[in-house]
Order: sequence, then structure tokens, then C-alpha cells
Amino acid sequence: MSMSYAYVAVVAALLSGLLPLLWPRNGMAVKMTAFPLLGISGLAGVISGVTALAGGKGGRDILPVGLPWLNCHLRLDALSGFFLAVVSLVALVAAIYGPAYVREYEEGPQPLLPLTLFTGLFVAGMDIVLLAADAFSFMIGWEMMSVTSYFLVAYQHQHEVNRQAAFIYLLMAQVGGLFILLGYGVLAGFGQGFDFTHMARAQLSDGWSTVAFLLAFIGFGMKAGVVPLHVWLPQAHPVAPSHVSALMSGVMLKVAVYGFIRFTYHLLGGIHWQWGALALFVGSSSAVLGVLYALMQHDLKRLLAYHSVENIGIIYIGLGLSMIFAGTGHPALAALGLVAALYHCLNHALFKSLLFFGAGVILQQSHEHDLEKMGGLIRRLPVTATCFLIGCISISALPPFNGFVSEWLTFQTALQGPVLTNNILAALIPVAAAVLALTGALAAACFVKVYGVCFLGLPRSENCASARETGQGPLLGQILLALLCLFFGVLPSWTVGRLEHVARLFFPGGMPETTAHGWLWLTPVAPHVASYGAPMVLLGVGLAWLLSWLWVHPRRRKTPVRIGSAWDCGFGPLNARMQYTATAFTMPIRRIFRPVWPIEESFQESATGSPGGRYRLKIGDWAWLKFYEPIGRLLLAGARRLAMIQGGNIRTYLAYSFFTLLVLLLVVSL
Amino acid sequence: MKGWVLAIIQTGLLVFGAPFLTGWVKWIKCKLQSRQGPPPWQPYRDLVRLFGKEVVVAESASPIFRIAPYVVFSITALACSVVPMVAIGLPTAAIADVIVLVGFFALGRFFLALAGMDVGTAFGGMGSSREMTIASLAEPAMLMGVFTLAMTVHSTNLATMIGYLIAQPFQLYPSFVFAAMGLVLVAVAETGRIPVDNPATHLELTMVHEAMILEYSGRHLALMEWGAMLKLMIYSVLLVNLFCPWGVANDFTPLPLLLGLAVITGKLLLLGTALAVAETGLAKMRLFRVPQYLGLAFILCLLGMLSHVILEVN
Repeated sequence: MSMSYAYVAVVAALLSGLLPLLWPRNGMAVKMTAFPLLGISGLAGVISGVTALAGGKGGRDILPVGLPWLNCHLRLDALSGFFLAVVSLVALVAAIYGPAYVREYEEGPQPLLPLTLFTGLFVAGMDIVLLAADAFSFMIGWEMMSVTSYFLVAYQHQHEVNRQAAFIYLLMAQVGGLFILLGYGVLAGFGQGFDFTHMARAQLSDGWSTVAFLLAFIGFGMKAGVVPLHVWLPQAHPVAPSHVSALMSGVMLKVAVYGFIRFTYHLLGGIHWQWGALALFVGSSSAVLGVLYALMQHDLKRLLAYHSVENIGIIYIGLGLSMIFAGTGHPALAALGLVAALYHCLNHALFKSLLFFGAGVILQQSHEHDLEKMGGLIRRLPVTATCFLIGCISISALPPFNGFVSEWLTFQTALQGPVLTNNILAALIPVAAAVLALTGALAAACFVKVYGVCFLGLPRSENCASARETGQGPLLGQILLALLCLFFGVLPSWTVGRLEHVARLFFPGGMPETTAHGWLWLTPVAPHVASYGAPMVLLGVGLAWLLSWLWVHPRRRKTPVRIGSAWDCGFGPLNARMQYTATAFTMPIRRIFRPVWPIEESFQESATGSPGGRYRLKIGDWAWLKFYEPIGRLLLAGARRLAMIQGGNIRTYLAYSFFTLLVLLLVVSL
Repeated sequence: MKGWVLAIIQTGLLVFGAPFLTGWVKWIKCKLQSRQGPPPWQPYRDLVRLFGKEVVVAESASPIFRIAPYVVFSITALACSVVPMVAIGLPTAAIADVIVLVGFFALGRFFLALAGMDVGTAFGGMGSSREMTIASLAEPAMLMGVFTLAMTVHSTNLATMIGYLIAQPFQLYPSFVFAAMGLVLVAVAETGRIPVDNPATHLELTMVHEAMILEYSGRHLALMEWGAMLKLMIYSVLLVNLFCPWGVANDFTPLPLLLGLAVITGKLLLLGTALAVAETGLAKMRLFRVPQYLGLAFILCLLGMLSHVILEVN
């Protein structure tokens, strides 16, 4: 049942890409076939995933395609069902959002066709990765996902930035793919087969399983964007069209997390706590560095991309805790950590897509990338502003929205640290929790900056002063996601109960008591240990609001609100340049965490001697300077050395061939 | 049922008692500085006066500006309902544990900071920027301190924590001493008192909280001010009840409840006096000294945590 819906999802996504090829010149027809089919794919995927997750029948299947001795194995269980539902949900909303959004590109230099073609194939690729049950199908889906998203990043290739971002993305995707392939190679070598059932049965020595783990950790981490493998992410996300950014950031990174979970928990098994410690360390660094780099960004979509690094870090903190508990023999707590990580996957997919959709509307309507040129948009785009606010609150992990629930679950997992007998681990886990707290607080600061500078205050440019709300599709998509953010924040018990089915795949006992008090309360460990009644919180806020309003209301009638001008210290009217900018807002944080960023700062006084001058501030990324540029320089220098043997002289080449032949003969004769 | 009634009464006590605590601190401070000073119930008069006054809203303000006072006040009032003040075991305590409580404060602060940026004046943005900076350093320290306690009592639920500590025979845990010191520092920073912020000035160099609410007037200002008073009250109640839990009522019969009320009043007045003495003796710090101060708080809480893990876990 759920398997057939999954097929519908894959086929509809493929058709959504391929069908418009029949009428390439008719932009309207392209749109009208591609997006509805993408929507069908999303809907079918959600149904399929939710039924598989909710304990309904998943399924497995062997398709008569592929290599002669290896058919295509497919399988849908609770884990892939969950991720399929997440991917498809965002694809569905992207299909609602897309048609009105791509109108801008119809008049652009590129035809619409490549965009819809590669979006369809991209979604199909992600679906295939999630359904695959052998390494070949997995890698085919994986490469399909990587390559098609390369074309999506490079869509507006007339800009040099886009070409460069796309190249770096492709390069890192391929290197990551290579690591994953090697990881599967190790498993296949020991398991005598390429399908997952054989691989899961492989008996590996500790050394080899650690090698396989590290290969997968690097490979999937590169796609997921953990520090320091994240550098493609802030380059690629901003340049892609916004609904594609939402899919890439909100969903594709989750597919990498899926791959990591599938590889480590299912195929590798026998988790060592040292792996968990590594994941915890990398996750904590990603979380805090991601948010600190995000704080310094002024390009809205680039900022959101850095927040993906942060959120992937939070997911890895949950996974790391889960792996530590799994490796030290506490399966119930390991299940709790896994559920926390999965819940954050869902939440991040929802609020990050919401924010990217909002950013898309802002970009389209105001034609500004730069936060410093926005302002006052809440009056011009009221619906987008409301939805964006909900996204900001959710991503800052504030109750009663969804981001808070998963962070709270992660905190609860971390607090169980003292059950470990290893004192060093027990002391390190709370430090990771403190890092998580720092991350949450900095994220809140960052989104106060984003919302305050972008939507509040006075407009800083003509474009922003004249922006207008978009069509219904984009608004509907945003409203849908905003409502889902509230829903998953207020009613977490149901979701946690379903996610437990995933955890039961690996830890048969499942979690401790999830919902001892019924659906109103979430009690992950035990009711007396910790409880969170999200519906009660919403009710309580509403009640307190009502009471304070009733208290105030009679006075409201007596003295109505007077509209006056803002207090300007008696110096004449305020203008938009007097308000705090994004740079100014983050100055204290920049100063406090100074060593985190490579900063170039300069002030040039104006030549004429009149007051004022030019202030320049450039904030880089250490990962580039210290990690990638040396590698790049090394590669270039090596290539130059090698180029010396390529003289263009045919006699030299013949000599090379002759000597090669000689050496080969020598080797063969030995 | 009785529990719910008691919970509502206790919330009311917190909400309506908060202005008195603020007034008390100010009164003691004036006495210490040899000034006449307003009586401790002056904040009630101020609030009543503000509620009666006309509201002026800047023309550049958005709906956020008008919503924010209600959000800030209602979320802080909700936070009051989960703090065990007179009695433990109330049904509201299960709604939120101490991490959620920190989340409530963060939500209130989020809207406060947005309101500061809303009108588009430099003051508001400056206040918001400073507030979020201080908060982002205070929150990890706060949670670290809370985790130290939570690990000792195996719970993050406030009522369970206090109940466990009352039931234990008195014992001086080293982790508690460190956590208490750290949390006191955090509480001072979070409630905007000297030496981190000065609630009594309007100098642009020093103010944080006042800068954000500079544009507010009338009932909006009243709600904002009341929200700040509630925050001071909640932090005070938390500090005294977590670290000296004696006297908190364990059951719902009149005698322990009355005793509990008397004891918490006494403890709060003492704490208020201590705060006034500290504020009289200390000077306001520069903003860029605050990270060192909060770093100290974090290190103290971390030491508490480590001493718990190393010394107390058996």
C-alpha cells in the first residue's frame, strides 16, 4: 500500500521533470505540467511516508532493472518513511509556492525548462535515495540528487558568482560521494553483497568498522554541511532560486542525515561510543560556529544557509548523544537521543523552508539581497511578515513553537549524562548542552537582527518602500508551513510517539515513558523528571493575554491611542539612516567573539577633508583560509609540476609510452 | 481542584506581589543612601497612573509595537504560574520545567528586542542589540547552573527539585555552592540590575532595558514595567526556594500554607535587602566588561557541574 504510493511519488516527480520537454517553448504549459505533478509527487510521498511511519505496512520490493546480477532492491520502513514524508511535504509546498514565484524567471534570459526539469529529477533522486535498499540504487539516487542540484545552483549562470558556487558545490558533492562509495565498499567487501540485508550481516573487526564509519561520516557530513565541510553551503544556497534553496537546505541536507543514520545504525550496527563522541564534538562545533558566522552575514539567504550549518549541528548533537548512549549500553536513552535528532530534522525542514520561501518573496518584491537596504517591510508585506515571524520564533527555539520541542528533547537527553560510568564523558556531555544553549541564545539574537532590520523600522531603500505582496500561491505555501510549525510545536506527543517507531527499529525497547500523562504532556524520561505541556502553554499564554487585555480594555475606550511622531530628541525628524543597522546590531557580539572570524576592517577618511569617510568591513570564514585555500594551493602547485611533462612534443610522448611499456613488462615478468 | 485554585492564588500572589519587591529594594536603597525615598508601595501607584494615561504610538510603529507589551506581560505571568512559591505539588508545575521557564524568558525577550527595533530610532536598536548580547551569554550560564541542580536531584521539574531538597537532610554540596554563586550573577544580569544595567537611569551610555522601552507610554509602558518587575520576582523566588527550600509547604492544609507564605515573604524581603546593599556598594560596569562578568558566572556553574560529576556521583 504505502509502497505503491511511494512509486507514484517517484514517477510523478520524474514526469514533472520530463513531461514539459514535450512543449519546451510554451512557458505556461511547462509550468502547468511541472508544478501540479510535483505536487502530486509530494502528496503521494507524504501519504506513503506517514502510513509507513505510523506502523502501517512498509514494504520491500525487487525491481527487474539494474545490473544482471544485482536487481534494484527497494525498501520502505519507518526510517525511510519518516524522511520520505519530510522530503515530500516540502516538495508539496514548493509546488504550491513555485508557479507564481517562477514568473520572474519567465522574462529572464534563461528558459524555464531547465529549472522544472532538474527540480523534478532532483526530487525523484531524493526519493530514490530514501527507498533504495542496495548500494547501487542508493548511489544512483545520490548522484542524481547531487548532479541535478548542481544544475539548479547554476541555473542563472550569467552571474559569475553562481558558476563559482555551482562548481564548488559539484566538487564537494563528488568528493563526498566518493567517500560514501568507499564506505559501502568496505561493507560490501565483508558482507559479500551489495544489498543492505547482506551488508547489515557483515562481520567487521573494530578497526574496519571504524574505517567504514569514518568514511561515511565524512561523506555524509560533506553533504549535510558540518564544520569544516560546510563551505559549499553558504555559496550554493543563496544563488539558487528560492524554492530550490528551500528544497536543498530544508530537505537535501536531511537526506544526508538519513544516509548517515541508515549507514551507522542499520548497516554498521555495533556502535562505539567513541563515534558518538566524535559526532557530538563535530555537531557542537557546527552548531556554535554556524550561528556565529550567520550573525555576521548581511545577505539574507546566505545568513539562512549558515543557519543550516547550525541546525545540522544540533541534529548531530542529538545523534552523537544517542550513539554515546548506544555504545555504553543504554538503549532507551539512545532511542531518546535519536528521536530528538529526528524531530529536529522535521522541524528544521519546516522552518527553514518557511524562511527561504519568505526570503524568496522579499527578494522578488524588493530586489534587495542586502539586509542593510531593507527595513519597514512589515507594512508592505503583512502576510509574509507574519509567517516569517513565526519562522524566526521557531528557529530560535522559543516555546510554544516546534524548534523548542526538539531542543528541549536534546537537553533532556544530555541531562541523562550522569548514568555513564565514564566520568570524562559524563562531564563533557553537559558542556555540549551548554554549547547548545549558547547556540539557541545566539540564534535568537540573530533572528531579532534579521526581523528587526528587514521588517521593522523605516525602509532604507526605494525598492523596499514600494514592495508589494505576491500572488496567492507563495502566500498559501508560507501560511501552510507556519501552521505546521505551530502544530508540531503544540502537539508534540503524537509525533514523538510515531518517531519512536523509527527508534524501535534499532533499539527494540523504545523510549522510556513518552506520554505517561496523555497527549497533553510530553514526558520523555519519566513524569517526575521532566514534563512539558505544550498545549497548556498555548492555553496559558492565551489566558494571560485575555486577562491583561480585559484589564486594559476599559481604559482603551476612555483614552484611545494617539499617533504621534517618534521621539527625536528635538533635533528634527528621524530618517532611515539613523536606525540601527545589522552591522551595528551585531557589533558587541563581533567584539566579544573576536577570534572566531577573520576580519578585515578599514576606515578611509574622505579626501576633501570634509567630515565622514568610508568604512569597510569584510568578514571571512576560517575554514576557507586555513583549510581549503592551502589544499587548493597545493593542488595547483602539484598540477603545475605535472604540467611540465606535457611539452606538446610528440617524441617526448612516444618516449613516455615506451618507458611505461617497459616498466609494465618488468612488473608482469616479476 | 483544590490544587488548581491554589495554583491560581499563588500566581496572583506572584503577579501582584512583584511591584512590592521592586519598591522594597528601591526603598532600602534610598535609606542606605540617606535619602527620603518613595514608600515600598510606590510602584503600585506608578502602575495605576500609567494605566490611566494616554498612549502615544509613533507613526512609524508596526503592529509588533502594540502586541509586544501583551506578549511580554502574558508570557511572564505564565512563567509565574509554574514557579513554586508557597507550596509544591501544584498541578501547574507539570506544564513547564525549568528549561521551558528559560524558554519563556527568551520568548519575552525576543519580543521586547523586536519592539525596541520597531520604531526605527537609534536608542531602541542599541538597547535591543545590548540586550540580546547579554542574554546570549547569560543563557548558557543559567542553563549550566540549572543542569547542576537537575543532575543532583535527577529532575528538571522545579517542584520535584524543591521537594527533593526539602526531604533531604541538610547537606552542603560543593556543586550547589558554585551553582548558587553562578546563578546569582546570572539573575542580576537577566533582571537588569546594577552592575550590569541600571534601571534608574536614562543615560545612553548605560541603559539596556530602558533604551528598548523608551518609545512606550501609558498602559503599554505599564505592562512592560510590570513584566520587568515580575521577572525580578521570579528570579528572586527561584533563588531563595532552590537554595534555601525550607518552609515551602508540602501539603495543602492551611497551617503549612500560611507558614509557607510567611517564610517566603521573609526570605524575599531579606533577599531584596541584600540586593539593595549590593547595588549601593557596586558601580555600573562598562558594557564590554559584562562578558567577563558572565564568563565568571559560566565558569562557576561549570565548576559546580564538574564537582558534581567528579565528587558527588557514586
